[in-house]
Amino acid sequence: MVNSADDSGLLAGSKSGAAYPATFKRPPMFIQRAWLRWVLWTLALVWFVLAISTIEVNWTRVAEGLDRGWRFVKGFLTPDFISRWKDIYAGLVESLTMTFTSTVTGVLLSVPVGIGAARNVAPRFIYYVCRSIVAVSRSLQEIIIAILFVAMFGFGPFAGYLTLSFATIGFLAKLLAEDIEDIDESQTEAIRATGASWLQLINYAVQPQVMPRLIGLSLYRLDINFRESAVIGIVGAGGIGATLNTAIDRYEFDSAGAILLIIILIVMLAEYSSGFVRKWVQ
Amino acid sequence: MNNEATPLWQHRSNRMRLLLWVGWLILVALFLFCWQVMTRDTIWAFVSDAPRQAADLGGRMFPPRWSYIEKLWIPLWDTLNIATLGTLLGILFAIPVAFLAASNTTPSRLFVRPVALFIIVASRSINSLIWALLLVSIIGPGLLAGIVAIGLRSIGFVAKLLYEAIEETDVMQIEAVTATGASRAQILNYAIVPQILPAFYGISVFRWDINIRESTILGLVGAGGIGVQLQASLNTLAWPQVTMIFVVILGTVVVSEWVSARVRHAII
Amino acid sequence: MLKVSHLSKTYAAGDKALDDVSFDIPAGQVVGLIGPSGAGKSTLIRCINRLVEPSSGSVSLGGTVITGMSSGELRAVRRRIGMIFQEYALVERLSVMENVLSGRLGYVSFWRSFLRRYPAADVRKAYALLDRVGLLEHARKRADALSGGQRQRVGIARALAQDPELLLIDEPTASLDPKTSRQIMRLLIEICSERHLPAIINIHDVVLARQFTERLIGLQAGRIVFDGSPAELTEAVLTRIYGEEDWTTLDNEAEAA
Repeated sequence: MVNSADDSGLLAGSKSGAAYPATFKRPPMFIQRAWLRWVLWTLALVWFVLAISTIEVNWTRVAEGLDRGWRFVKGFLTPDFISRWKDIYAGLVESLTMTFTSTVTGVLLSVPVGIGAARNVAPRFIYYVCRSIVAVSRSLQEIIIAILFVAMFGFGPFAGYLTLSFATIGFLAKLLAEDIEDIDESQTEAIRATGASWLQLINYAVQPQVMPRLIGLSLYRLDINFRESAVIGIVGAGGIGATLNTAIDRYEFDSAGAILLIIILIVMLAEYSSGFVRKWVQ
Repeated sequence: MNNEATPLWQHRSNRMRLLLWVGWLILVALFLFCWQVMTRDTIWAFVSDAPRQAADLGGRMFPPRWSYIEKLWIPLWDTLNIATLGTLLGILFAIPVAFLAASNTTPSRLFVRPVALFIIVASRSINSLIWALLLVSIIGPGLLAGIVAIGLRSIGFVAKLLYEAIEETDVMQIEAVTATGASRAQILNYAIVPQILPAFYGISVFRWDINIRESTILGLVGAGGIGVQLQASLNTLAWPQVTMIFVVILGTVVVSEWVSARVRHAII
Repeated sequence: MLKVSHLSKTYAAGDKALDDVSFDIPAGQVVGLIGPSGAGKSTLIRCINRLVEPSSGSVSLGGTVITGMSSGELRAVRRRIGMIFQEYALVERLSVMENVLSGRLGYVSFWRSFLRRYPAADVRKAYALLDRVGLLEHARKRADALSGGQRQRVGIARALAQDPELLLIDEPTASLDPKTSRQIMRLLIEICSERHLPAIINIHDVVLARQFTERLIGLQAGRIVFDGSPAELTEAVLTRIYGEEDWTTLDNEAEAA
């Protein structure tokens, strides 16, 4: 106890209370130096004004569009599944098959790439090769890959399948590699000490530790791939995106609303069931 | 995974093993079926021709047209603005949605929460490119459509992660502030906001990083930014320009990822 | 001062946490609430400021009946009751000073509290309280930078900032080491006698309870089974509260301490 009776006297007698400061300023949360805070705020303000001023808005066009916007909202609320059902059905089948096959392929390929990109189990040379595959796959947008694959393989879901598989590799291999790098070193040591081969090492020490997470991530990727499959159709890589693009181009907002509702529903379903499966696996 | 679970994984009961095999079988069968359906209309001649096409494309794409970069600075500036203003717009709407969706702050679990959750899932399911497609057809091509598209897509992402953070706040701290006689707004300000603030900044910067990536291609459907140049170059088959644009996009993405990682590291 | 009569609480799951609890506390009296975990100690003190809504019975503070109040009136009465928590329950990411000032939330408008522009008297009082608990130089630190004992002192300062007429103290020492526990208990008792404050201290440590409080209430399965001075707390009574155990070692400890 630092305190004694004379301290408590300060509290009781208000006359000496004036010795304490009457104001309190909250200490800054992130940036301690005041001048730096001011410089950053000023820069942000200048940028904001500049950025806003470079937006050119054609207000008459926007005003005309509001009517179309209202029609879209109405279309969304009263979706039309019937008149374009054949196109919607074909697009949906393409999207779903594309999603599933590309996820399976992507997962299968991401396992070797992921192991190769893990510093603690892969030889140096293979490590660099696999890391570059991951880096390339992650930094290129799905759309950009789709453009290239469509140029090479022609229009249709096959190009989309390749795009999504490639994107899946980057996503999963990176997370898998990080998982493997994080695994319990003592377990790999123990297996290594028995004189196990490299493959046995992977099978006994690595696989059991990362398997549940791999399953969870694969399901998550399935969900992402479905959402992406709705987009890459815009550049000709098949799927529901192409149908959606056409519907919007023709201002058929009720059909577009129907397609969007189907997409939302499937994503919700996928999220719900993947949560269920993940619980079951763990 | 803990050590005890390891033997469980390998020594399954017979029934378990059978179930596992059936599972794998169904997976393979489903894959083959989907493959069949998907490739029904594929023209295999094009596919087998692909290596030649790729070589041809590669030949036309290289070397990139370096001088084209002078025409890319302004679209790049636009792209960064779309991403940043779009992120700000998204955050602005995501904050109330997150508080309405979190089960410990929502005014009504029965009516308000489901609506907020639906807004989140709708925003998340629809890619920003689709939002852009819609907005271009509604308000016309340009930066505004891009900003609103990025904003609409960001609402769901930010609100979902934020409401999860709100639900994970420490109940004791909230109880303590409540016990002082604080009003609901004061409890929010003193007990909940300080707890979620670091998560909030992290989520925002993370989404900004993703938005930079997404805004580079919005121009493909006319929503402004560097994608407009990409679309124009693709239409005229000016492949060296396309390569140059890819290089610029790649550089931007790498830099934004670095910035986002640094900022998140500094906050958390 | 505080009057609790026929208080009962049944949780939604059907668990009866409190069963017809009645007692009075005169001004300036410090009461130790003892009992095994799950006896309803924590529920009881939370029913007093209605952090937990009692199922039946009434609570009144200085003549005002708290049970049945509207939420606006409840806020006004909550600021008259200071509360101190087991895990300190400081807002970890706010500064020590903001935590102490948060004791004034019930007195200031939202905008004042939002902008941290508290009246000068409140700020002076907060500094004086920090000085009283020996943490004046830590005012600008973040709460999570402090040790357990220091955090509990901030918790005490926050409760006192409310100018309370009653202190509710929930297991103040459960997360602290024995030495710090005694320091904190001594501080609490000193403060209560300085300000002539009544207090209810939930405490599972019978030795501490006996040493520091003038009256003990024993709770068992939601019912009061003992109410008297520490001297009256015999082995037989302890067995009634906690069940069969060798209490002689406990007595030795108490004498040693």
